[in-house]
Amino acid sequence: MLQYLLKRLLGLIPTLALVAVLVFLFVHLLPGDPARLAAGPDATPETVALVRQDLGLDKSLPEQFVRFASGVVRGDFGRSLRTKRPVSTEIAERFAPTFWLTVWSMAWSVVIGMGIGVVSAVWRNRWPDRLGMALAVSGISFPAFALGMLLMQIFSVQLRWLPTVGADTWRHYILPSLTLGAAVAAIMARFTRSSFVDILHEDYVRTARAKGLPESRVVLKHGLRNALIPVVTMMGLQFGFLLGGSIVVEVVFNWPGMGRLLVDAVDMRDYPVIQGLVLLFSLQFVLINLIVDVLYAVINPAIRYR
Amino acid sequence: MDPPSTRPDQLIDDELGQGAIADSTGVDAASIAADSPAAAASAVRTPWSEFWRKFKKQHVAVIAGCFVLLLVLLAVVAPWLVPYDAENFFDYDSLNALPSVKHWFGVDPLGRDIFSRILMGSRISLTAGFFSVAVGAIVGTAMGLVAGYYESWADRIIMRICDVLFAFPGILLAIGIVAILGGGMFNVIIAVAIFSIPTFARLVRGNTLALKHLTYVEAARSIGASDWTIVLRHIFPGTIAAVVVYFSLRIGTSIITAASLSFIGMGAQPPTPEWGAMLNEARADMMTSPHVALFPSLAIFLTVLAFNLLGDGLRDALDPKIEQK
Repeated sequence: MLQYLLKRLLGLIPTLALVAVLVFLFVHLLPGDPARLAAGPDATPETVALVRQDLGLDKSLPEQFVRFASGVVRGDFGRSLRTKRPVSTEIAERFAPTFWLTVWSMAWSVVIGMGIGVVSAVWRNRWPDRLGMALAVSGISFPAFALGMLLMQIFSVQLRWLPTVGADTWRHYILPSLTLGAAVAAIMARFTRSSFVDILHEDYVRTARAKGLPESRVVLKHGLRNALIPVVTMMGLQFGFLLGGSIVVEVVFNWPGMGRLLVDAVDMRDYPVIQGLVLLFSLQFVLINLIVDVLYAVINPAIRYR
Repeated sequence: MDPPSTRPDQLIDDELGQGAIADSTGVDAASIAADSPAAAASAVRTPWSEFWRKFKKQHVAVIAGCFVLLLVLLAVVAPWLVPYDAENFFDYDSLNALPSVKHWFGVDPLGRDIFSRILMGSRISLTAGFFSVAVGAIVGTAMGLVAGYYESWADRIIMRICDVLFAFPGILLAIGIVAILGGGMFNVIIAVAIFSIPTFARLVRGNTLALKHLTYVEAARSIGASDWTIVLRHIFPGTIAAVVVYFSLRIGTSIITAASLSFIGMGAQPPTPEWGAMLNEARADMMTSPHVALFPSLAIFLTVLAFNLLGDGLRDALDPKIEQK
């Protein structure tokens, strides 16, 4: 198990290194001179030269990359061009709201999605299945930003049950996490259904039924546990979707998270912040995929020692 | 919101009922055909006719396909169809008006006719969805064929590129690309295309790996066919089914992604009647005129739903695994 984990961790290094190179090159691919941007619109050529020296942009590319990479390893992403504060501080303040939003969305969408999926598979081709799958296909077809606006209009503006924007209390989390999780719940429902339908045809399920187990026990014990394996993998893939989706949902609900920060940074062309955020988002994504693979090995002993 | 939520219910009803029947008859017909070649000779079975026979039984997918065709047709003739200019006509007498005979979908706070804007917007969304996926599919398929056929270092390099592209969660990659290239619909199409590449590459690579060890490929190689011929004539056709299914499902995702980018202000800019950008504009006036947001939402939803239902139907008709069950 430990060996497997180590092997996977080592396998991440080339991918992460390439990601870091790409993110580094990002600033150099940008149209315009980053030093001029940092110095401001009415800086003298001398100031621009000073800023260029300060940012290390006068050195050769490999030298700059070493500087950038060693900074990243120490958690130093430079300073925001807009607020002049360290990028790490900017991101740290925005991390928790996005993290909790993603976790809540994942939690409820897995529960609801799997619930719908299991019900659909058990009552296959009957009305619960049709209703569930109709909901699911609608869920993947409805864009998150439109759903967010709709929910806000109904529950915050018309009914006044929930707050519109901000992230202060648990009530603030309800609508954004529903919005963000809807598509994932839909995907989980479709996926759980198809993997559950396969499992209900397996020999061991027939055996369980033949020995007289009640159907609820067959479904929950023999079915659910085996259906979890592909579902956990799917969860990992969907986490990336949530991280990306949070960007849009945070704009709708004016959520003080990393997605909103990214959109503002792109608007303001605040490159150090964009760089840091893109790096962090992809690091998170890659790590989550690793965790999922490890979980997968825990659940499924067959692949454990490969 | 009632019409769209009841409609898929009925569609799904048909789909599942018909799907079950199609499965059983499909197996029967196939076994009869295999037993008596003479009977099968009367109706020649090409892969195309086989596909059509299965596909047309899925009523939902057929309806969705018709809807897609209708949308494409509407988008093509939209400039001659719109009652008012989508960007430059302002009806100051009926600001924020609700739907009426004069303005079918109502009027937005600036006095523009929403129906005209939705219709013109369909051109943008369909173009963005189609071209971004087409570029992604072409590049991804080529990469997948090379990686799967040659394996060794070509495979390693191509799959590493895919890993790196996969390391960015979907829309983030698109935002990064738009941040480099600048906003605008053309850059959005490129951004969405790039993030479609790795999925197609992996899909085609997997198929290629499975196909290249089959006897007929070996036979082609043994009579001295070049790599080029083997890949294009013998392996590529075997991957088309998977690519087509994924193509249709991916268009829905791409339309949403492109609209999302416009919604957060990185794609089409106002006053362009792009659906995502329209929703973004409508956000400011949600309190006073929520109907302005309703129609772009419905337009995106119905379009994406049609592509997804079509894709599901294509998958059921093209996936050989379905019939075995």
